[in-house]
Amino acid sequence: MSPQLIYPLIGAGLFSLGLYGLIVHSHLLRKILAINIMGSGVFLILVALAKRSGEMPDPVPHAMVITGIVVAVSATALALAMMLKLHTETGRTDLPDDQQT
Amino acid sequence: MTIIDYLSIILIIIGAFFFLAGTLGLLRFPDIYTRLHALTKADNLGLGITIIGLMLQLESIMAVGKLLLIWLLVLLSGASVAHLIAKGAVQRKIRPWK
Amino acid sequence: MEISLLSTIFDVLLGLSLLGLAWSALATTDLFKAVLLFIAFGLLMALVWVRLNAPDVALAEAAIGAGITGALMLSALARLNSPHTGRAIASHTTDPEKDPSIQWWPFISLVLVFIGLAYSVFTFSPAFMGLQPDVYSQLVNSGVENPVTAVLLNFRGYDTLLEMLVLFVALLGVWSLGENPAVKTPFISPVLDTLSRLLTPVFILVAAYILWVGAHAPGGAFQAGSILGAAGILLLLSGWQLRKDTSSLFFRVLLLAGPLAFVALAAITLLIQGQLLEYPPAQAGLLILILETFATLSIGVTLAALFLGGFPWSKNRALK
Repeated sequence: MSPQLIYPLIGAGLFSLGLYGLIVHSHLLRKILAINIMGSGVFLILVALAKRSGEMPDPVPHAMVITGIVVAVSATALALAMMLKLHTETGRTDLPDDQQT
Repeated sequence: MTIIDYLSIILIIIGAFFFLAGTLGLLRFPDIYTRLHALTKADNLGLGITIIGLMLQLESIMAVGKLLLIWLLVLLSGASVAHLIAKGAVQRKIRPWK
Repeated sequence: MEISLLSTIFDVLLGLSLLGLAWSALATTDLFKAVLLFIAFGLLMALVWVRLNAPDVALAEAAIGAGITGALMLSALARLNSPHTGRAIASHTTDPEKDPSIQWWPFISLVLVFIGLAYSVFTFSPAFMGLQPDVYSQLVNSGVENPVTAVLLNFRGYDTLLEMLVLFVALLGVWSLGENPAVKTPFISPVLDTLSRLLTPVFILVAAYILWVGAHAPGGAFQAGSILGAAGILLLLSGWQLRKDTSSLFFRVLLLAGPLAFVALAAITLLIQGQLLEYPPAQAGLLILILETFATLSIGVTLAALFLGGFPWSKNRALK
């Protein structure tokens, strides 16, 4: 396994961990955390791929990842606002499908 | 590798040692106040020494000034945040370890 | 040969601690700890970006990914626990319904997804030029010397236009969820007050510097905008009553300045050159700088308003 493959594999691992966390947890804040970790995994794979073009890495995936980071923070802000609204309306922080009681 | 490079490496290793000491303090000290003490003192000093080691590698005064500004900002924010955390701990009636 | 073995070991250690931090952030029962571990994860990611020769991404991740996302989550957590919502709420930082054992069907899907992704990673060819030769050959015509800025603001300017609109739409979504309940600000320590007064001019200066230097070194509009957003968050946390300002016309103009500048430039280039966002190479540098300035202002104001949450006060609404 060449050293170049370390970071893409770590990115794949982060994506899978985040997906597991997203499915398993019922608390909405944890789901939001898990989605952010999935996003970071995807960005890691993209930038690791960009490094394949040698000493001067391919700038297009870098630009895509910067765009992705900004979009991720906007989505996180909106998701947090929706979670807070759900909490003020119903007092719970999980969705009706996931409630165990 | 010139003498300047060796000096930089030694200084950065010393700085890393201070960071290690600060983290050890964070993990092992008994209450929040002593942990804050270990963190701020050791990390600020560690950062300062690391920055001196890095400054030796630069060619322009402007870059040296920027590194100095970074250290001053970290010092300022670190001290203020440590004060705020300690104040919050006092308000929550966390007693210092005897 | 020695150096490459050491750097490989360093990469493996960095990657494993990244995975470890992510796993602890997802597995810990205390929500506050989870958010803090996530912030640490973001900072370690910034280190990984530097390792991968991506300093612009490192700046953006440290400022936005670790800093602003962390601040947003901590603020949401504080509002979840706050006694002002009028309900008898037990502490929500622990998650009482989380089943500590591994659930098998999601775990199997995790393993399958990982195997699939790892397989596709192995099939990538180790040296692939991608779009790098195209970007570098056209860099002289783009008006800037930093290739990432050239791609973001010139070659793929359309994506950045859409991104400004995404930020704006997210803010509209947050505003449409209703008014922010007025949180009683606790006693503001004089240290915090002095800190906000001292640091805000420094924030503005550093943001302007990163904006300017983004043309030929790592930096750019998004990083500078997030620094301005952090300044806004510091002011909000220090008790400055910025809520009244958020309903003013000036604030709304600042919010829209970025997207409108992009759309206006797109329309102008469409009319003159016949192509969307095609800058004439002679004025490209100046146009990029103007666009970046408006974008920075918009991004900063939008991020601070996202942190504030809730619809801004209108002038004729009485304080309850």
